[in-house]
Amino acid sequence: MSEPGAPSSPRREEVLSLDGVGVRFGARHVLDGVSFQLAAGELTGLIGSNGAGKTTLLRVILGLQRPSAGRVLVDGRPLARRERRIGYVPQKFLLDPDVPMRARDLVALGLDAQRFGVSRPSKAKRELVQQMLEATGASAFADSRVGRLSGGEQQRVLIAHALISRPRLLLLDEPLANLDLRSAQETVGLLARIVREQQVAVLISAHEMNPLLPVMDRIVYLAAGRAASGRAEEVVSSEVLSRLYGQHVDVLNVHGRVLVVAGAGEEADHISGNGVHPPVEIVS
Amino acid sequence: MSVLLASVSDQGFLSSSPIRTALVIGAAVAIVSGALGVFTVIRGQSFAGEALGDIGTTGGSAAYLLGVGPLWGFVAVSMLAAAAMELLGVQRVRGRDLATGIVLGGGLGLAALFLYLDSTYHNAAGASVTILFGAIFSISSSTVPVVVALGLAVLAILITIHRPLLLSSVAPEIASARGIPIRAVGAAYLLALALSVSLCAITIGAILSTALLIGPAAAALRLTTRPLRAIASAAGLGIAAVWIGVWLAYESYYWPPDHQGWPVSFFVVALVFVIYLASGLPRIWSARAERRADRSVALSSGEA
Amino acid sequence: MFSGFMVNAWIVASVVAAIAGLVGFFTVLRGSAFAAHAVPNGSFAGAAGAVLIGANTLLGLGVFSLLSVLGIGWLGRRGRHDVVTALMLVLMLALGSLFLSLSSQYAPAVYSLLFGEVLGISSNELAPTIALAIACAVILAVIYRPLMLSSVLAEVGEARGVSASAMELGFLALLALATTMTVPVVGTLLIFSLMIGAPAAARSFTDRPGRALLLSVAIALLTVWAAIAASYSTDYPVGFFVGSISAAGYLLGRAWSAFSQRSHSTPGSSTRDYAATAA
Repeated sequence: MSEPGAPSSPRREEVLSLDGVGVRFGARHVLDGVSFQLAAGELTGLIGSNGAGKTTLLRVILGLQRPSAGRVLVDGRPLARRERRIGYVPQKFLLDPDVPMRARDLVALGLDAQRFGVSRPSKAKRELVQQMLEATGASAFADSRVGRLSGGEQQRVLIAHALISRPRLLLLDEPLANLDLRSAQETVGLLARIVREQQVAVLISAHEMNPLLPVMDRIVYLAAGRAASGRAEEVVSSEVLSRLYGQHVDVLNVHGRVLVVAGAGEEADHISGNGVHPPVEIVS
Repeated sequence: MSVLLASVSDQGFLSSSPIRTALVIGAAVAIVSGALGVFTVIRGQSFAGEALGDIGTTGGSAAYLLGVGPLWGFVAVSMLAAAAMELLGVQRVRGRDLATGIVLGGGLGLAALFLYLDSTYHNAAGASVTILFGAIFSISSSTVPVVVALGLAVLAILITIHRPLLLSSVAPEIASARGIPIRAVGAAYLLALALSVSLCAITIGAILSTALLIGPAAAALRLTTRPLRAIASAAGLGIAAVWIGVWLAYESYYWPPDHQGWPVSFFVVALVFVIYLASGLPRIWSARAERRADRSVALSSGEA
Repeated sequence: MFSGFMVNAWIVASVVAAIAGLVGFFTVLRGSAFAAHAVPNGSFAGAAGAVLIGANTLLGLGVFSLLSVLGIGWLGRRGRHDVVTALMLVLMLALGSLFLSLSSQYAPAVYSLLFGEVLGISSNELAPTIALAIACAVILAVIYRPLMLSSVLAEVGEARGVSASAMELGFLALLALATTMTVPVVGTLLIFSLMIGAPAAARSFTDRPGRALLLSVAIALLTVWAAIAASYSTDYPVGFFVGSISAAGYLLGRAWSAFSQRSHSTPGSSTRDYAATAA
């Protein structure tokens, strides 16, 4: 949990605003009445189990999925067709080990890949690329082939690629999912640093909130298509989450790590898994 | 139907020696490739079969050059290629592998050279057509015993290894846990595949041989899941494709534009394609019948 | 070697090789090597049909190449290992052999369509070939950057507004054009060697996309030039040299990258300096 008693910071610039966003596939409400705001220089965790609607929500923000209700505003303006204010790092990406592209080249592509025509290399561009590589700690392997880097290294390259066009918002889809513990910690540290230095809003989706607790400024907690957002210590409480899930859950704090446990009962099976633990028998 | 019977019993058709040879060889090859094809489809090694067929082109054209029958060329080179695949550990040759395609290209370039030499030095201008697209009516009847012998060899290999082959194709970890020598079984299979592809090659040509290998087998596997039944069906469908193809080619001598007849291999490939498409129908029909049954149940229970 | 009708052959072959190298680069980049195997089969049937009805071969090639890429686009990536796809490819070859058998030029036409016939290229094929090449080059120059991104990271491209399906369509159009031009020179069976061999070799020699693209073109040009020269002096078919040189170049590239990977010790990622990332 973030440090207790921290003074509430002055209202920062609002970068992203979702207002009553809902997505319906047929009769199924994948998202329902989701509203929250993200500010510059803040790291927000989008927490929810698989199937809670995280991917759909990310797709709505990216403009790849039209919401059936509500609206999305970036910097107070609606999403553009070729939105350049949002950077994106996907969860899965397959890079052929033989692809002739260095990390440096992939980052450079982030500057103007959506423009038609051939680009002209310039010293300014090269310097910008170098800066971005250093900011993401990728300069050590900048000249290696992208496909030959480890998963964590590739992720850094993709973060640099997304950041180089100076987006207002950086979206990462489950960046910690396939990393070992050490790499995950490094990534979390890197992202916290980027948020501070670049003053960009960062939204990280995850199904496990504990690795992000030390650095999360805000949390958007998704359950069954509905969301609760705010500061972590406000949202992650038995009251709020029970209301969100529509049934009783307990939030246990064990040495600074959070466990969400379903209450006893038949409905518990429906919500167990991926962040919500099945009912626990307390042995006294 | 009466037209069919009339023309078959027509003096010209069955009394013609090349046609009888073609029917016998075609049937033998269809049986063998049907059996092996079922295993090929189950093992997902269709591309290996295709690759061996293409490589066979090099062998067949070299054989022509040496004055030996193309069958020996097909057999020799495809067996060498199968051995190379086995040694390099490329058991599951993937179509997506760039290396395979490029090396095959080298082999095809060599075939181009041999075929050129064939037509220039041996005056065998039709060599390209024979090797690539087959010339089943030109096979001499003295080849029949060889074909039968090779076919029996393939069947013998299959009968010997069919149970461990089946298990190792479907569940390799279980097979090796049971002490089955997977590598040896796989190598024997590749050998049989090389022989089978060679037999298909003299029937309908090296680059079309895949159709006879996997078409009837894939169709059979859509109709039944039991391997022995699938083998029997595949053989039956293959024989049908080849015999009807031979008959159509015979009939096509009376067709426009040139009254020279259409190629047998075209008919066989087209028939195999149609057979495969048709094998999907039973599933569609039964799905439709199920839906109709469900609807009538719903209706009658609604009335109750 | 450089006089009279040979001039045509050199020009056409050079233009074709350059385009094959360019389009082949993206074919390998997108992992669409299968398309380079499948589309020529379709165009073989088209060329054969053209021979049969006495139409311009390039026209037959063009129409059927286009139909083939549309078919591949429709089947999507799923179609690659389907039995239906494999059977359709073989059916195209069989159809081509039917058309040619009905024409009066069976054996020679089979040979030249499958293995190429650069020396037989007439002067009235020069203009359309150059036109096709210019079309290819223009399309490529326009979509170069978005195509690069979409080919390597399709999802990220989508997020930036680069439609993956639009890029796929553009690429398939390029492939159809390139196939149409290249078949008369190297034949449908050997297109794969030229279009895939050159970029596959190029990526072994350089890390950078721009350089790899230029190297693909250079290797393709050298391959074709060497093949024509060798064919002229020995009378052996050009396809033989294209196939062997491409294979040799590719294997050389693999040997080189294996060698250079071993001699450069690549530090394990765990020893990398992560001091810069201390939170």
